[in-house]
Amino acid sequence: MTDHHLAQLNVGRLRQPLDAPESAGFVAGLKPINALADASPGFVWRLTDEDGEDATSLHPNGDDMIVNLSVWESREALWDFAYRSDHLELLRHRREWFVRMTEPFMVLWWVPAGHVPSVEEALGRLARLREKGPGAEAFTFREPYHPVGLAT
Amino acid sequence: MEAITALGDPVRRRLYDYVVAQDHEVGRAEAADAAGIQRTLAAFHLDRLAGAGLLDVVFRRPPGKAGPGAGRPAKLYRRSATEHVVSLPPRDYGTAAVLLAEVVDALGAEANLEEVARRHGRSAGASAKGDVEEVLARQGYAPYREGDAVRMRNCPFHTLARDFPPLMCGMNLALIEGLLDGMGETGLSAYLRPRPGECCVEIISKNNDD
Repeated sequence: MTDHHLAQLNVGRLRQPLDAPESAGFVAGLKPINALADASPGFVWRLTDEDGEDATSLHPNGDDMIVNLSVWESREALWDFAYRSDHLELLRHRREWFVRMTEPFMVLWWVPAGHVPSVEEALGRLARLREKGPGAEAFTFREPYHPVGLAT
Repeated sequence: MEAITALGDPVRRRLYDYVVAQDHEVGRAEAADAAGIQRTLAAFHLDRLAGAGLLDVVFRRPPGKAGPGAGRPAKLYRRSATEHVVSLPPRDYGTAAVLLAEVVDALGAEANLEEVARRHGRSAGASAKGDVEEVLARQGYAPYREGDAVRMRNCPFHTLARDFPPLMCGMNLALIEGLLDGMGETGLSAYLRPRPGECCVEIISKNNDD
C-alpha cells in the first residue's frame, strides 16, 4: 500500500464571508485543526495558499467556493483524523457555516506516493464522482476502492 | 444462532464479558484468572467463543520479544469485529436506519435529530436505576474509568456511525447529554472526544473540565 497514497478533496460554500461574525467559529478552528492534521499519523501533505497557513484564500472556481485538498498514507489515517479526532466536533457544526450541497462535496482517489495533486486534478475527480458515481478513479468513504492494480 | 447459543454457558459468558471489557487483547492465562477457572478450561471455552464468531483470535509475541529465540507467539483473543443480530421473527431495522440516516443527512436535519435524541435520552435517564456507569453498561457502551473521565469502548451505533460519522456521533452525544440530564447528574458533562476504536463521547465532571 505504501506506493499509493490517498488524496482527498472537499469543497464548501460559506454562508457568510470568512471575516463575518457568523464564520468566526470556523475560522477559530482552522489553526488548531490544521495543526492537528499536520501532526496526525499518516498525514502526507495539504494544500496551502501564499500565507502557508491554510487554503482559505484560494477560490479555484472564481467564486465563493473554498477547497480543502490533502494527501494521506492510507484511508484509515484520513478516517481517524477526520472522524476520530477533535476534527469531528468541527464537522458537527458544518451546517452553521456552510451551505448545504445536494451534490457530493468530497472525493477520494489514489495517487502514486510522492505525487502532489493539483487543484485542477482534484476538481476533475470531484466532477467525475458527481457525473458517474463512485469508481476506482473517484470514490467516497462509504464506497471505497483499492488502488488500481493492487490486490485487496 | 450459534453465537447466541455459545453464550448460554455461564462460564463462557463470564470469559466473553471479561475479554470484551478490556482495552487489550487477552491471553488464556489472564482470562482464566479473571474467570476463576483453570487455563485449559479457559482455552477450551475461548476457542468455542472464537469458533462461534464472538471473539477474534490473533497470534502475537509480547512486546519486546522478537526475532529468533523469542518463542512461539501467544494466542490472544479480542471482541469480534463481526456483528451478530438475532431477530425472531425476522426484522430488519438496520436497513431502515440507513435509509433514515441518509434522509436526515440529505436534509441537513442534524439539529432535529439531536433534539429528539436528547429528549429520548432524558426520558431513559429519568427511569434509569443505578449510577451512570451501570446505566451506560446496560445500554451496551462498555464504559470504563480513565482518571476523572468515563469513556466507552463500544459504540452501540457502530455500523451507522461508520457511514454517517458527524450525524451519528452528534446524535449519540445528544442522547448521552439527555441521559445525564434525566438522571439528575447535573455535575457531569458529555463531550465529543473521539478516539480510534472507541465511542466518540467522554463524560467528565463539570468542575474538572479542562
